Amino acid sequence: MPLHQRLVPAVYILFLMLPIYWLLSMSFKTTNEILGGFSLFPQDFTLENYIEIFTDPTWYRGYLNSITYVVINTVISVTVALPAAYAFSRYRFLGDKHLFFWLLTNRMAPPAVFALPFFQLYAAIDLYDTHIAVALAHCLFNIPLAVWILEGFMSGVPKQLDEMAYVDGYSFPRFFVRIFMPAIASGIGVAAFFCFMYSWVEMLLSKTLTSVAAKSIAATMTRTASTAGYELGLLAAAGALTIIPGAIVIYFVRNYIAKGFSLGRV
Amino acid sequence: MINKTIKQSAWFFVIPVILLVAFNALIPLMTVVNYAFQETFGDNVFFWEGLTWFEQVLNSDRFHDAFLRQIMFTSVILLIEVPLGVAIALCMPRKGPWVSVCLVLMALPLLIPWNVVGAMWNIFALPDIGLLGYSLNSMGIDYNFTQQPISAWATTILMDVWHWTSLVVLLAYAGLSAIPEAYYQAARIDGASKWAVFRWIQLPKMKRVLTIAILLRFMDSFMIYTELIVLTGGGPGNSTTLLSIDLVKLALGQFDLGPAAAMSLIYFFIVLLICWVFYTVMMKNEQQ
Repeated sequence: MPLHQRLVPAVYILFLMLPIYWLLSMSFKTTNEILGGFSLFPQDFTLENYIEIFTDPTWYRGYLNSITYVVINTVISVTVALPAAYAFSRYRFLGDKHLFFWLLTNRMAPPAVFALPFFQLYAAIDLYDTHIAVALAHCLFNIPLAVWILEGFMSGVPKQLDEMAYVDGYSFPRFFVRIFMPAIASGIGVAAFFCFMYSWVEMLLSKTLTSVAAKSIAATMTRTASTAGYELGLLAAAGALTIIPGAIVIYFVRNYIAKGFSLGRV
Repeated sequence: MINKTIKQSAWFFVIPVILLVAFNALIPLMTVVNYAFQETFGDNVFFWEGLTWFEQVLNSDRFHDAFLRQIMFTSVILLIEVPLGVAIALCMPRKGPWVSVCLVLMALPLLIPWNVVGAMWNIFALPDIGLLGYSLNSMGIDYNFTQQPISAWATTILMDVWHWTSLVVLLAYAGLSAIPEAYYQAARIDGASKWAVFRWIQLPKMKRVLTIAILLRFMDSFMIYTELIVLTGGGPGNSTTLLSIDLVKLALGQFDLGPAAAMSLIYFFIVLLICWVFYTVMMKNEQQ
């Protein structure tokens, strides 16, 4: 491959890394240095911002709360999506196509439309400010996503597998858990990853539905920006830490990520 | 395509999904409908208003402006991200240790929480202490995204390009990887030019993934909220107030619940329409 062609991805990645570098660089600066003027590298390198986040409960609880609802949501979404995706990929039933389309419309519902009604709904059933409220609310777009991704993967598994298992005398639940789920293990992994990711990056609903007990990291970050002066260093450190979970899991799904984004249809 | 058997009891497999999604989708939607057609002064007392709010929203300059801005934003980012993404995917190495490195690094922006994306770009673009803002100003370009509408727009578009071009790259790359080496050999034997290879081999193979990429970008850019509210807050003035920001301003800022609910329904209807096009195009692709 000629040199100029190899340069294109390199330049693009450099462009992607610049804002991230700036965020990291800011997070290692003191507030005085940030407000004092422009500097390309941190002059007095400090870990103060990170220490504050790891010692102040309002900060680190934000991360724990976010992780908690994200994990609950991922478990719920994938668990209920598995049988549904199986039904869509193997059977035809009354209204199946309409149902499949209806699910998709929820993946595309703008959260801004639902923010206020969601607040009223979860306040009415006494779930406001709990992890389960955010986990359930994120089901709105994560369940359709999981169903679509899993359906894509399941349609790639030949139906002979099901028929052979019946001939061998497997009951349906045993077949599903012992044979079918291992056969689509990568699909389950990708679906779980995407539920995790969309629940992790979504911040409007999680902010609307929590206040104190289950306060998400987004809400914590907003508070810093508005009340505690403008502590850019702290904000940068908090932002930098939110990148880590994604960066860890992305390595495992790097070859499937395109398949996930196309809802299992590449 | 799998030959599907007809089995009505498959409904039982789908019930948990329907219950959970319907709980989250239908009840809030009914709340919105309630507010859209009625006037309330609290205490659960409602007065029928009919289509008043809808007429008010559809005839307001404010909605027209936000809608136009939205269309402009979506077209600009599509025009930049799709060709750029395809170009980058074409230049990516096909195999070797660099593939994984490229894929992981490129996917990184997709996994950053949206409010952090906004905050990151805010810090990056600050005119006096941000890397981008400082560099532009020291090169003699007058740049301040908190005060100049043009700078705010440029920053918003750059942020979206930064955030989402990788999605197009990943999908286009997946499409390209599916092309067998034999196709390229045949093209070489025929002495096909680079353009011919692109036009007649690579582009047709990418058609399916690109449809998905374009439609996903279209819909997601129609819903953009968090990044933008953190970066510009819809300002300066109203210059970057897109549909969802306008909606939240109306509902939570002014507490005009009636018009806000009517606008929600109009907005949702537009998204539904796009959604239907998406579904039809995708299903047609799948049948081929």
